Amino acid sequence: MLLRNPRREIDVAGPITVHALLARLELNPESVLVIVGDELVTRDARLDDTAAVEIRPVISGGAR
Amino acid sequence: MIDVRRHNAAFCRDHFLHHCEEQVRRAIASHRMIGPDERVLVAVSGGKDSLALWDLLVRLGYHADGLYLGLGIGEYSDESGTYVRAFASEHGLALHEIDLGTDYGFDVPGAAAATRRAPCGACGLSKRHLFNRAALDGGYDVVATGHNLDDEAAVLLGNVLRWETGYLGRQHPVLPAAPGFARKVKPLVRLGEREMAAYCVLRGIDYQVEECPMAAGNKHLGYKELLNGLEEKSPGSKAAFLFGFIERGHERFAEDADEERAALGECIVCGAPTPVYDDASGSDAGPTCAFCRLRERASVPVTLQAKP
Repeated sequence: MLLRNPRREIDVAGPITVHALLARLELNPESVLVIVGDELVTRDARLDDTAAVEIRPVISGGAR
Repeated sequence: MIDVRRHNAAFCRDHFLHHCEEQVRRAIASHRMIGPDERVLVAVSGGKDSLALWDLLVRLGYHADGLYLGLGIGEYSDESGTYVRAFASEHGLALHEIDLGTDYGFDVPGAAAATRRAPCGACGLSKRHLFNRAALDGGYDVVATGHNLDDEAAVLLGNVLRWETGYLGRQHPVLPAAPGFARKVKPLVRLGEREMAAYCVLRGIDYQVEECPMAAGNKHLGYKELLNGLEEKSPGSKAAFLFGFIERGHERFAEDADEERAALGECIVCGAPTPVYDDASGSDAGPTCAFCRLRERASVPVTLQAKP
């Protein structure tokens, strides 16, 4: 599982729902996208052990 | 699939992309942001919002050129510029570039060090000044920025917490043109940050995912976290907060903003509008704008000269 900002990789045992995964990582679902392969998944999706998952923060906070 | 809880909906790819176009179309129409034949200058940073905005405006048929400002923030700026150039090249779009270091003799880290203030202040000041200048010099009708619903809600929260009445009077999806100012519009105001990231993923737009290293821990990010905590418990809160202000609150502060604009004169160095009675300018000859003062403090060595 790839997490960004900062970039790091972790292993999480599946199956697990996106909602439960984000809760375990203490991430607000409003502040991330969860991407499996090249597909976006919703919070009720189930992720299995072999899924390549990217959790991508969507918050940017610099001057605009 | 992507879920958008404030609309109590989940969209497939095609419907989500249509949803984004519709939200931008509605924002432009309801606030009369851009006329059909007007030339638009899009402020592009290499992040998701500005690249999605550029893509959406072109798809909606607008003549939109890009302007990228190199901020000199190490690898972050180098990578950001690469994303912008790649997007422009792939889509055959015109891109203008300004480099703070090359063209003005300073960069954002240097400015932060010289002024001993948060880097986001120098960055935002430079962007506002130079995007406006470029639009006026280039004959563009309007500057479009990628401020989204989350950005605007967070700015609104910050302004309300301090009751910044002048800022509240200027916080609107459209700032009309005035002497020395191009019109400025925010066509993404009806779309959230998460929707813009999803738009880029689904359109295959590569963007700078990493956060600016100089933005870590700033107030704006803190306000967004607070609002997202509220949104998770009560979907639609951010939109209700922002659109309620735009529809029912903004007008009450417009007079404060008008008074501030009425008190503007010309910067004696660059000619940009700037407060006439600004003690910080420190010149008997007339006012110097905040950007020129920043440039003088941050660049080595530069001597600013008054316009003849």
